[in-house]
Amino acid sequence: MNRYPLWKYLLIAASLVIGLLYTMPNFFGEVPAVQVSPLRSNLKADAALMARVEGALKKAGLETEGIALDATSIKARFAGTEDQIKAKDVIQTALGEDYVVALNLLSRSPRWLASIGALPMYLGLDLRGGVHFLMQVDMKSATGKKVEAYTNDIRAMLREQRIQHSGLTRDGDAVNIRFREAALRDKALGQIAKDMPDLDLKTVEDGGEFRISGTLKIEAQRKNQEFALQQNITTLRNRVNELGVAEPIIQQQGADRVVVQLPGVQDTAKAKDILGRTATLEIRMVDEERMTPGLLQDIKSGQVPFGAELYYERNGQPVLVKKQVVLTGERINDAQPGFDQQSGEPAVHLNLDGTGARIFQQVTRDNVGKRMAILLFERGKGEVVTAPVIRTEIGGGRVQISGRMTTQEAKDVALLLRAGALAAPMEIIEERTVGPSLGAENIEIGFRSMWMGFAAIAVFMIAYYGLIGVISIIALAANLLFLIALLSMLQATLTLPGIAAIALALGMAIDANVLINERIREELRNGMTPQAALHSGYERAWATILDSNITTLIAGIALFAFGSGPVRGFAVVHCLGILTSMFSAVMVSRGIVNLYYGNRRKLDRISIGQVWKPAAQAK
Amino acid sequence: MEFFRIKKSIPFMRYALFFNVISLITFFIAVGSLATKGLHLGVDFTGGTVIEVTYEKAPELDPIRERMIKIGFAEPAVQNFGTARDVLIRLPVKEGLTSAQLSEQVMTELRGLDAGVKLQRVEFVGPQVGKELLESGALALLFVSLGIVGYLALRFEWKFGVSAIIANLHDVVIILGCFSLFGWEFSLPVLAAILAILGYSVNESVVVMDRIRENFRSRQFRGMSVPDVIDAAITSTMSRTIITHGSTQLMVCSMLIFGGETLYYFALALTIGICFGIYSSVLVGSPLLMWLGLKRDDLVQAEKPKAANEDGAVV
Repeated sequence: MNRYPLWKYLLIAASLVIGLLYTMPNFFGEVPAVQVSPLRSNLKADAALMARVEGALKKAGLETEGIALDATSIKARFAGTEDQIKAKDVIQTALGEDYVVALNLLSRSPRWLASIGALPMYLGLDLRGGVHFLMQVDMKSATGKKVEAYTNDIRAMLREQRIQHSGLTRDGDAVNIRFREAALRDKALGQIAKDMPDLDLKTVEDGGEFRISGTLKIEAQRKNQEFALQQNITTLRNRVNELGVAEPIIQQQGADRVVVQLPGVQDTAKAKDILGRTATLEIRMVDEERMTPGLLQDIKSGQVPFGAELYYERNGQPVLVKKQVVLTGERINDAQPGFDQQSGEPAVHLNLDGTGARIFQQVTRDNVGKRMAILLFERGKGEVVTAPVIRTEIGGGRVQISGRMTTQEAKDVALLLRAGALAAPMEIIEERTVGPSLGAENIEIGFRSMWMGFAAIAVFMIAYYGLIGVISIIALAANLLFLIALLSMLQATLTLPGIAAIALALGMAIDANVLINERIREELRNGMTPQAALHSGYERAWATILDSNITTLIAGIALFAFGSGPVRGFAVVHCLGILTSMFSAVMVSRGIVNLYYGNRRKLDRISIGQVWKPAAQAK
Repeated sequence: MEFFRIKKSIPFMRYALFFNVISLITFFIAVGSLATKGLHLGVDFTGGTVIEVTYEKAPELDPIRERMIKIGFAEPAVQNFGTARDVLIRLPVKEGLTSAQLSEQVMTELRGLDAGVKLQRVEFVGPQVGKELLESGALALLFVSLGIVGYLALRFEWKFGVSAIIANLHDVVIILGCFSLFGWEFSLPVLAAILAILGYSVNESVVVMDRIRENFRSRQFRGMSVPDVIDAAITSTMSRTIITHGSTQLMVCSMLIFGGETLYYFALALTIGICFGIYSSVLVGSPLLMWLGLKRDDLVQAEKPKAANEDGAVV
């Protein structure tokens, strides 16, 4: 009656072993490390870089506890934080600014555990210290910019097609084009509708004036906003890299928000400064007369001619540019990689705003055949993104840069040009900073309250239910094991509310065992034999356990669906805890009971504490 | 050891009216307090900034307060928490000031007073985020309530669903009432605790209802009046109720004692919830079932037509 088939025992044993394996990494603690990762896509974390890191450390006389290479970075472990900080400086000086050198903590767990995917849980910011920002992207302005770009495109197109208009303006999110005749308007309407399918066009006639009013279609607006968000995330990622944070999280949240989490960062002022900074873009003319090879040599040694400045291209090529700024990045609405329509070679398409287009036309008219440089200034340092030759006068604000570029390069240049400014302004709408000492304190607080509660429950259960109580507690411990293993497998982020949820899950999970134990007692009281009582106790309690857990699960799911941040973490643990508790309280405890009592032919009594029978007294 | 040596069913239902009046009174006190005093909403919901700093030696709070007023915050709340060396500063939302400037400005002022000040924690929540959190909290509450009523109606009968959810919302209102009456801070973790409690106490009602249904179906209780059946069900699940909740409460107490500032109100909300959860499932939910006119037929009838359909052979 109380026997499990072998496969059930094996299932329990296997789940316990797996649970143990995946829980283990959490107990090894962490070791200070320095993480080196390349800043640019053309640099790779490889054996050569590892050798450089090793060399630098050896030269400085710093002992490591091992250097490892993975897909994106090199991680060197150290015995203490002092060595770690020294090593960070040493490596940074040796490698220069093309690499992010960040302090990190790595798990001390043995490699064979990591190789089966058993990794420790990730600690949330409230436990390890750090900064959390929630940033809101101003989508209205993103739409505005896009409409501005369309205004330019339409102006250029109407000129090309020689369609006369009597006024073209952007009013908020709409482009308005006025015409004197209906025929001209209809011609323009056809052309715009054909070329710009993303615009919703309406015709208006008032007071002898014919107008086309164009707005972005909802779908195009959405696409544009998604794009703006992605663009901002990319820009933020580039900036965070500069902070030297080991494991930054930069994620989209909802339609118009970005979460930035920087574990371990203490200097929030600097972090906010860097995140909020706008890099600037400038277009200037190249000083070609004075850029002779001989002069360049002098210039490199420090003699820069008056009215000019020396900058370098990404490939290290020096470029002498005039100090006078032709255009700034604010005049650029958009930059997209694409292809030259005639030659088909990769190109970057720039879109300037009205003022920018006018200035650009004038400058290109005067400087056909000369080179212009596009410079990106970030961290107070300038860099030449590209320095193309002007072939013809360019009007209308649509600029194409092409020639000697690969598709990847075109993409990179477009990104850099866009990175000059965020696609849309952002604002910090939530900030949470936790100091490292508070984080450590929170871990201790969380775990202490959990263990104390667990101990109290254990003492009570064993005193009250005897051996069955011991089995219940073993099941509860198994539940804890499964829960932590599951959280580690999912690589969930553990927060203080998460620890509270684990504790609460344990406090609630014991309910199932109490239900079962009380049921068994009751059946015994009603005069069943011990074996039968065990059997029907488990069987009959099951329906109740299921019902009560499902209602709790409903609450958990709602918490997850509507909660945010810490509440979500709580909800995840809460829901998982309910699932694991059903398995451990019913399967595991029954398994042990079956193993211990199930095989006995003659079972006179079970150790479930004193069972008081009113009937016995009445007799 | 056995705590509950109950010989006969305890006639809970006889006193149902009495307890329901008590419940109603507490309920109205809670609602009254919520209506007049409202909840002391934490920064999570109102928006604003909380800054936690620690000093090497205990600072005086008045100069800190003055400095905060000087930089333009009309009502700064400056208080100690935990030890005299830890100070918590709460600042309301100020138009046109971003969080970046704000926390820096505050820290500069504090450093001016005492260079040994160390920043422990900053929480800045924009007003729009706070409003959203409050809205999604209310939505979650609604969703949980509907979900539970739906599930119980499906699994048992609509009367069970309705009475269980009323019993539990009664708990929620009382927890909220306590937070309002005593001016405790209502934060996100407290909201999480309330929702968890909502799921957990329904648990309690489910166990009692399960037993009521079982009793209705069993031969032993045939011919007994509805209140007697309910009494018997409550009595027989009594010891389980107390022990389970006691165990959960042991854990919660541990959080209450060792959990520090962050978990304190969370644990407090759970404690109130657990205590009232026991009370309400026994003395609010069950009487409600009775008032709603629960009959044996509501539960047993479901099985009869089935049997009748099978070739009409009914014994």
